[in-house]
Amino acid sequence: MAQVTLVEAARLAALQEMRRDPTVWVLGEDVARGGLFGQYRGFLDEFGADRIVSTPISESMIMGGGLGAALVGTRPIIEMRIFDFVMCAMDELVNQVAKVRYMFGGQAKPAVVVRMPHGIWRNSAAQHSQTLESWFTHIPGVIVAVPATPADTAGLLVSAIRSDDPVLFFDPKNLFPLTGEVPAVIDPIPFGKARLARAGKDLTIVTWSAIVPQVEEAGAMLAERGIEAEILDLRTLWPWDEEAVAASLHRTGRLLVAHEAVTVGGFGGEVVARMVERLGPAAIKAVARVGQPRVPVPFAPPLEDALKPDTAKIVAAAEALMRR
Amino acid sequence: MTNTGGDNRARLITLYGTMCRIRAFEETALAAHKAGEIPGPLHVSIGQEAVAAGVCGNLRRDDRITSNHRGHGHALAKGAGVSGMMEELFGRAGGHCRGKGGSMHIADFSVGMLGANGVVAGGIPIAVGAAQGIKLLGADSIVACFFGDGAINRGPFLEGLNWAVLYRLPVLFVCEDNGVAAFTATASVTAGPGVAARAQSLGVPCTSVDGNDAAAVDEAAARLVAEIRGGSGPRLLHATTYRITGHTSSDPAAWRDPAAVAAAKEAEPIGRLRARLLAEGVPAAMLDGIQGEARAEMTHAREDALSAPWPDPAIAWEDVQDCGAVEAH
Repeated sequence: MAQVTLVEAARLAALQEMRRDPTVWVLGEDVARGGLFGQYRGFLDEFGADRIVSTPISESMIMGGGLGAALVGTRPIIEMRIFDFVMCAMDELVNQVAKVRYMFGGQAKPAVVVRMPHGIWRNSAAQHSQTLESWFTHIPGVIVAVPATPADTAGLLVSAIRSDDPVLFFDPKNLFPLTGEVPAVIDPIPFGKARLARAGKDLTIVTWSAIVPQVEEAGAMLAERGIEAEILDLRTLWPWDEEAVAASLHRTGRLLVAHEAVTVGGFGGEVVARMVERLGPAAIKAVARVGQPRVPVPFAPPLEDALKPDTAKIVAAAEALMRR
Repeated sequence: MTNTGGDNRARLITLYGTMCRIRAFEETALAAHKAGEIPGPLHVSIGQEAVAAGVCGNLRRDDRITSNHRGHGHALAKGAGVSGMMEELFGRAGGHCRGKGGSMHIADFSVGMLGANGVVAGGIPIAVGAAQGIKLLGADSIVACFFGDGAINRGPFLEGLNWAVLYRLPVLFVCEDNGVAAFTATASVTAGPGVAARAQSLGVPCTSVDGNDAAAVDEAAARLVAEIRGGSGPRLLHATTYRITGHTSSDPAAWRDPAAVAAAKEAEPIGRLRARLLAEGVPAAMLDGIQGEARAEMTHAREDALSAPWPDPAIAWEDVQDCGAVEAH
């Protein structure tokens, strides 16, 4: 086991898979230079310019081209640079990538990974900070991966590259420097299995992606105050681990969902709704959600901080939940 | 690949046959749609057959094509099975797409037909990417990308041509220019001199051809396909033609000048090739026979499709995704 950063874990996973399978390749802006975050550092020397393809700033082509290349039997990693630019390729993603297998009656195999580093990051303002992962859970045909640790990023990226389904892979860009252990041989982590980040009996906190470290910090602070939170990091939102959440909630009866995305219309609402459908309202004593208010992400540090969900807000929400 | 004498005549007769089959398919589909046998929107390519036939006649089975919403002709010319196409239009279980795509999403991957597309210019990035994948795999097949004149005002046209040049990809862009983008004359919404100038500005050599002259399309396509297969990088074929019917089967296109429509009908490609072949001494009976066979084939396909089974509703849940598919209930 090596201690590496999250971005290095992602690099090692892609490296391992590209060495294993010559049909895996990468396309996106500046990837041959190592990528915006160094997630493809050294790939040009090892794989050459045909397999690590720096492209024009042409998001429709990056996405649609990756799909076309998948339809003839390659396995492209489509790098969107940062998430927000995928909005320039929504036809290619939603109308094409997500639909071809179904529309063509199973003839097409859109085996692409779309990597989209997302979330609030260094005061990058409203067009470089979004967390819209819930949109994509609404689209049949795709997998939605939202890892939060180096090991999960590596293992889920291996699964994504090997998957015949299109995988929308939300790299948590604010967590790229986070360090953790990654094995020398990275095994795939199955989609739809939550990680138990903390065991507890008093309430269930469901979370994912960039906010997970703060949720874990909140869990430790709550424990000092005598509240034992169980923390489930979903790791993927489609499919998602309903079983694990239901089992935990069945024991605790209290549910807090914490995500960086805007609360309104966020995937937290789906988590709560499914649990009510599944367990019945009587089994649930109290529910709360923590996320961003429905406001664009502002630039100035005090403004960004004011809106961003953080450890204090999670602790406060959990304590309020315990009083209900 | 200019053929002379008997070889050339045989080639033209083959082209004539392909065009007759497309025309018969479209007329049959239109009649079936009017009779309520085909649900949903239907876009037919009557009058544009020479482009599909002339281009696809120069492709190998392992070459790929992408198409647009008016894609029946491209698919047929590429070799897609007729019963699978007709059943797909009818929404039946035996359709190429199991009844999940319909007219706008005809695909037959077994013959390299990577799909029609309901979004204008939607097939362009897919075609270019397919060419990039083919190149990465070390194969020598090429991709023909069919789109209309309306597509040149969308961003993927710019992105796709630029990209194909940068990576020197084996793509034949085919702009099937029928002069009309849905219900609007394309010239009235297009700045500058048009597709050829736009392609050339990006370094894509463009060949313009009378798209209602099947022999001319065939000859141009043969040359361009040979160049592309030889490693030239992308080429664009600009074929002017005329959409004799409306945008969809329910559009009478009554806004058009009747004199222009009548003139266009005079210039339609099947009649023109027939006149040429007759002048070259091909017996009328032979050409009538080809046409009659095409009509009989499509009439049969319609009858078969009408009596073919509907898909089991349970398959609506299939082909979504391997992991995370929802269960039928």
